[in-house]
Amino acid sequence: MPDTPQTPLTPTDEAVLQEARRRSRRSFLVGGTAALAGLLGWRWLSTGSEADGLSGPLRTVLDANARVAGRYFSPTHLAPEFARSRARRPRANGSVGLDEELDPAAWRLRVTPAGGTIPREFTLAELQALPRVEMTTELKCIEGWSTIVTWAGVRFADFLARYPLASAAAPFVHLTTPDEAYFVGLDMASALHPQTLLCYEMNGQPLTAEHGAPLRLVTPVKYGIKQIKRLGHIRFPAQRPPDYWAARGYDWYAGL
Amino acid sequence: MKQLREKHPLAIRWFHWINFPVLALMIWSGLWIYWANDVYRLGWGNTTLLRFFPQSFYEAFDVPYKLARGMSWHFVLMWVFALNGLLYVVYTLVSGEWRELLPTRRSFAEAWQVVLHDVGLRKQPLPPRKFNGAQQLAYTAVVLMGAGSLLTGAAIYKPTQLAWLTTLLGGYEWARLEHFALTIGYVLFFVVHVAQVIKAGWNNFRAMVAGFEVVDVPAGDA
Repeated sequence: MPDTPQTPLTPTDEAVLQEARRRSRRSFLVGGTAALAGLLGWRWLSTGSEADGLSGPLRTVLDANARVAGRYFSPTHLAPEFARSRARRPRANGSVGLDEELDPAAWRLRVTPAGGTIPREFTLAELQALPRVEMTTELKCIEGWSTIVTWAGVRFADFLARYPLASAAAPFVHLTTPDEAYFVGLDMASALHPQTLLCYEMNGQPLTAEHGAPLRLVTPVKYGIKQIKRLGHIRFPAQRPPDYWAARGYDWYAGL
Repeated sequence: MKQLREKHPLAIRWFHWINFPVLALMIWSGLWIYWANDVYRLGWGNTTLLRFFPQSFYEAFDVPYKLARGMSWHFVLMWVFALNGLLYVVYTLVSGEWRELLPTRRSFAEAWQVVLHDVGLRKQPLPPRKFNGAQQLAYTAVVLMGAGSLLTGAAIYKPTQLAWLTTLLGGYEWARLEHFALTIGYVLFFVVHVAQVIKAGWNNFRAMVAGFEVVDVPAGDA
């Protein structure tokens, strides 16, 4: 290095490079440790105790997300409605609980009141006597596809208002097919949303068997997995009820 | 003589290196979700140039039948991605770092010169600033893309509760496509970014880890 007019404190190139090496070493050490911690965190998240086909920590966050969504949820937040002419026939995904032949004349909706044990039975005609609501909304499958469909039925809220088998204070609704093979859990707020229907018509026709005849649930505040076909039994449990797809790794809330 | 010159503040380095694996896992889990309804392609009519994605791609990376797991990872890491991105933006604003990052009127012309330079058609050296025009555009665009991912993501996550947002973005199906397109954008950004980092060399890369660059300054300028 040539003579420099600097003070003696000026570091030489070698000293600068040494400092560079020292700082690099420290930074890469910190970075490496952080990467290791991240890797351990990732392993902890993915290999925690398996609850419902999903690791415990992930399930905990999904449930926390549901609480956040529940806070924001409002019956005044409505799914957009579309012109009836845009309605199409949706794919008939899922046939769990639809295996047995169904005799429409013998079918009854059984509803066990909150806190009770003896179900009350309803015929389709009794449900159809309640105010009919028609809406053209977008059905969203958890797989990612969506179809605009015209549905008609009775609001679940209207049904409960006419037959007070549970109050709005009941926390959960459990809905099952007649054979109990398919089952769905709903939070009461979603069940009472004005677009949540006990539905008996699709695109102007009575429900077909593959779409859940004679009665199904329809609600644009949930994915299709919650919109149970061929309703058989409704209960109002105090504890969060099991849910077919939540037991297979999906979010219990599955709210839109 | 050689000198250490501070380049990237500690906070920016943390934001950068947290974002990298988190965004990677967001893309990965997003792929698991997308697979369950993989309808997008590049093409017109009956002509398909590129299908997203070919079966061989899915099989090579073990993508199929991971929808539930993909959704749960996506909806856990979204918080980290959003928070880290938000803190980054706030930090750049408060620290004044945004002045280096935000494109100016000449950034566009300069970006073109950078492209010409990088493909070997222009010999003049690049501007000696911390970020040239191309970088300003790219780094600002990718932050806007991040905001876009959060908005389009929220629109398909809660399309009823946030119906106004979903409708604003053209409806549920458009929002899903926009969310996907932004993801492809990140992948393209990543390819160019990594190529540029490799081209720029060790000194530049180390600055994103250790914060400083070693520079040669004429003796006496220190």
